[in-house]
Amino acid sequence: MQASLSLSVSNPAAIPRSSHGFESSIPFPSKPVNLRFCGLRREALGFSSASTYPLSTSRSSRSVARSNKVSASLGSANGSSSAPKSFDYDLIIIGAGVGGHGAALHAVEKGLKTAIVEGDVVGGTCVNRGCVPSKALLAVSGRMRELQNEHHLKALGLQVSAAGYDRQGVADHANNLAMKIRGNLTNSMKALGVDILTGFGAVLGPQKVKVGKDTVVTAKDIIIATGSVPFVPKGIEVDGKTVITSDHALKLEFVPDWIAIVGSGYIGLEFSDVYTALGSEVTFVEALDQLMPGFDPEIGKLAQRVLINPRKIDYHTGVFATKITPAKDGKPVTIELIDAKTKEPKETLEVDAALIATGRAPFTNGLGLENINVATQRGFIPVDERMRVIDSNGDLVPHLFCIGDANGKMMLAHAASAQGISVVEQLTGRDHVLNHLSIPAACFTHPEISMVGLTEPQAREKAELEGFEVAVAKTSFKANTKALAENEGEGLAKLIYRPDNGEILGVHIFGLHAADLIHEASNAIALGTRIQDLKLAVHAHPTLSEVLDELFKSAKVNAHVGRSPVAEPVAV
Amino acid sequence: MASASSSLLSKVPTSSANTISFSASLSPALPLFPSQFHLRRHRRTGNALRVQSKIREIFMPALSSTMTEGKIVSWIKSEGDLLSKGESVVVVESDKADMDVETFYDGILAAIVVPEGESAPVGAPIGLLAETEEEIAEAKAKAASAGGSSPAPAPAAAAPAVSPSPPAPAASAPPPPPRPADGPRKTVATPSAKKLAKQHKVDISKVVGTGPFGRVTPGDIEAAAGIVSTKPNVAAPAVAAQSAPVAAPKVASAPSTPALPGSTVVPFTTMQSAVSKNMLESLSVPSFRVGYPITTDALDALYEKVKPKGVTMTALLAKAAAMALAQHPVVNASCKDGKSFTYNSNINIAVAVAINGGLITPVLQDADKLDLYLLSQKWKELVEKARAKQLQPNEYNSGTFTLSNLGMFGVDRFDAILPPGQGAIMAVGASKPTVIADKDGFFSVKNKMLVNVTADHRIVYGADLAAFLQTFSKIIENPESLTM
Repeated sequence: MQASLSLSVSNPAAIPRSSHGFESSIPFPSKPVNLRFCGLRREALGFSSASTYPLSTSRSSRSVARSNKVSASLGSANGSSSAPKSFDYDLIIIGAGVGGHGAALHAVEKGLKTAIVEGDVVGGTCVNRGCVPSKALLAVSGRMRELQNEHHLKALGLQVSAAGYDRQGVADHANNLAMKIRGNLTNSMKALGVDILTGFGAVLGPQKVKVGKDTVVTAKDIIIATGSVPFVPKGIEVDGKTVITSDHALKLEFVPDWIAIVGSGYIGLEFSDVYTALGSEVTFVEALDQLMPGFDPEIGKLAQRVLINPRKIDYHTGVFATKITPAKDGKPVTIELIDAKTKEPKETLEVDAALIATGRAPFTNGLGLENINVATQRGFIPVDERMRVIDSNGDLVPHLFCIGDANGKMMLAHAASAQGISVVEQLTGRDHVLNHLSIPAACFTHPEISMVGLTEPQAREKAELEGFEVAVAKTSFKANTKALAENEGEGLAKLIYRPDNGEILGVHIFGLHAADLIHEASNAIALGTRIQDLKLAVHAHPTLSEVLDELFKSAKVNAHVGRSPVAEPVAV
Repeated sequence: MASASSSLLSKVPTSSANTISFSASLSPALPLFPSQFHLRRHRRTGNALRVQSKIREIFMPALSSTMTEGKIVSWIKSEGDLLSKGESVVVVESDKADMDVETFYDGILAAIVVPEGESAPVGAPIGLLAETEEEIAEAKAKAASAGGSSPAPAPAAAAPAVSPSPPAPAASAPPPPPRPADGPRKTVATPSAKKLAKQHKVDISKVVGTGPFGRVTPGDIEAAAGIVSTKPNVAAPAVAAQSAPVAAPKVASAPSTPALPGSTVVPFTTMQSAVSKNMLESLSVPSFRVGYPITTDALDALYEKVKPKGVTMTALLAKAAAMALAQHPVVNASCKDGKSFTYNSNINIAVAVAINGGLITPVLQDADKLDLYLLSQKWKELVEKARAKQLQPNEYNSGTFTLSNLGMFGVDRFDAILPPGQGAIMAVGASKPTVIADKDGFFSVKNKMLVNVTADHRIVYGADLAAFLQTFSKIIENPESLTM
């Protein structure tokens, strides 16, 4: 069963690599065919997408696999007599975070009668305990940094007296922002006619959701979008005061003199930016050998030179924090470290506070997954590339999708939303597979870090496997007029690409407003635009976007300008 | 990423005699950092061959003027690889950038002394280069003996090198001290204390921490290094921060009287630091003081009259001072460079206000031009803003003359310290009934207050101040002009 799925994945991926003449030489099924299949798909419980790619080479084997699956799914649907015949809603979404919200809005636009179930507050992690309030704190830290950087101000000819801050004022700003965005989200859904059902949602059976204690609602399709909670490794005692997670830290109830941040991913990094700007000293505890794992190594290294080394930050890498005890009885917070490889005790840190930023764990308990025979994997709900939930036998669960942090594909708010939109597209008759490699990510330090696609090591690994060449182009912010005008020339943009056809494999930016700059690259990846075409696009002068302009222009592509400006997107 | 390259090899010809020679060279890409290299004594044992064989050491190069140690990012070549002159061998990360380091000699990379990911001080051997294959084993043995934790080389106590090749001055600088062992240490030091300690070469384990839980703070390191902390970011929100470019006096480190047991140390707030800084700066100005008694009956009567209209005593005094200053511009001047008068075009009266354990001087701008009522209103706004910490810099640092009034506390006279950047400051005492004998010998009781002006004698002389005070007292004694 799984095999047929992976076949359908690999086919679309192969298309862009074939020559440009491909689409014209082979009569591809055009829209009507697609639509017909999609219509069929809804009866056949959602398995027709592979038929969009009727390549003759492997057709027989695949069609066999496909028909098997369809009958299997049909069988299971018929067998479960509990499936209702008429439904309260076309679509129910469990969880009103950013993923659920994105899906709900798109569903309404597509004419689906939609309800969203929320057991806590609308907005989920992002709006209430994540991206949104943290951006408020980072806005403050950015200004504090500017005002404290006397050298920088002097270079601009500015004189500013001592910058100070009022902790409660900063905390209020973050809280007010969250409240405002939450209000906006709620209103936008209400205005469009999305029913907000309050209470914890659980899947009762196929197409049936329980809301709260005893309300049962039916829907043609269900999307699980329950998100995640901060992950706290065992041995760590979180008291919410001196040993905290991002949930507590965003309330900024106190600014410790010295805080240890366990984990140097983007959450830890952003908080280090906030805390050091507000006067704290920071110690990073990272289990891997390098700080900032997950970032492109070159970007990570540069970021470390700018964001870590000159600041009041030190770090311990290659160590696990096995035990963290909150401050009590006049004793500081203690953190016991062991070597990540040898497991030998290394050191005990004594600090004023510890922030646990070791990642996030899916929030999928109590969802009633056992009712539909779905087993989570480390808490994550297994899904296929179309976000369809896979049960413990490896079969797809009909009418059930899971998006966002709960499926663990890409734990980003906008990824959840994009997945939700993708699901709604499928439900409303247009097959859609989200290309996760086109989803950008950003870390809002000062300056910012952003990325899309593969890192250089990932790209080289892929190139090795698939046998193509990889090239890297880089440009510096130091050469950009706007960056220099802002006196913020520190930064690097890096393009990883295929010189043979001009495909962008990844773009990584570290520098002023990097988070806003990445979208030119992510859109190009999403639309399949090639570098040779981007080179001809015009950028306003003088803007930071010229950093990317330079970047594309400095790439050496052997292929000619593409015949079609928009090639087939790559599915992943 | 910049990819300058540099090659640093010391050449150690190993004949049976213990001759030592060296060579140090830098690629032209980095002419700025003429590092010097110490030598290592190398003994070649048990070799009867008369081959002129050499084992060279690859040293950690100094890639920038501030680099004290470098980290091996990656070895481009592995042990046993043949190297040819000009080839990149290793990538080194300095405090600024990653750089390829290339060899200036042909040979075989015999041994890697410092593996990838580890750091070594500038000048320490990081690898060995053998000229022939026979020497690889020997080089490896050497690496093994030198290997381990501390790659710190023995200082070149050797006799002057008898080297045929480079005429360059011999390595004289002692190698950087070996890094302190990373063993378990009881001292707890904050991240920035550690950074400072490294920067100022302070041994943290010898510093007694005064921070919470006995931890070593940045201040402790600075004290240990004998540095007077000059926080760069403390601008001056208080006391006329128009800091004139007067060279701050060198503050001798205070004699360290041991703190009495049980005493608490509370660091200055930003405002308090600014006050402290300004007060020290004032020591470089030669100031003097002139006092003057003034009868205030008329002023008091006027005050009673205008009080219901919201006029404050501060506004009255500020207005009076401003009117007097208009007639004596030199008292409103300042001496910025010790060479000239700077006559200010505006009369801005700064008034000292105590606020939350600090001191700030909101400024009544153009006090001579505004009428009493506007001035009073303006003052009220300024005080509110000062309480809310919302004063804009130009609202507290644009004063040209300062007024300080402690009369309301019953203080009958005091003298004020001249804020940097101003020519004079007036200290106003309380007005109180005083028995006065007039020129005819009649006694009467009048309200009198003492004002005391401190001025910068470089620009304001005694007679100037006396004349100014005379004008001021006339205005106070005949205050009708204030309301006009």
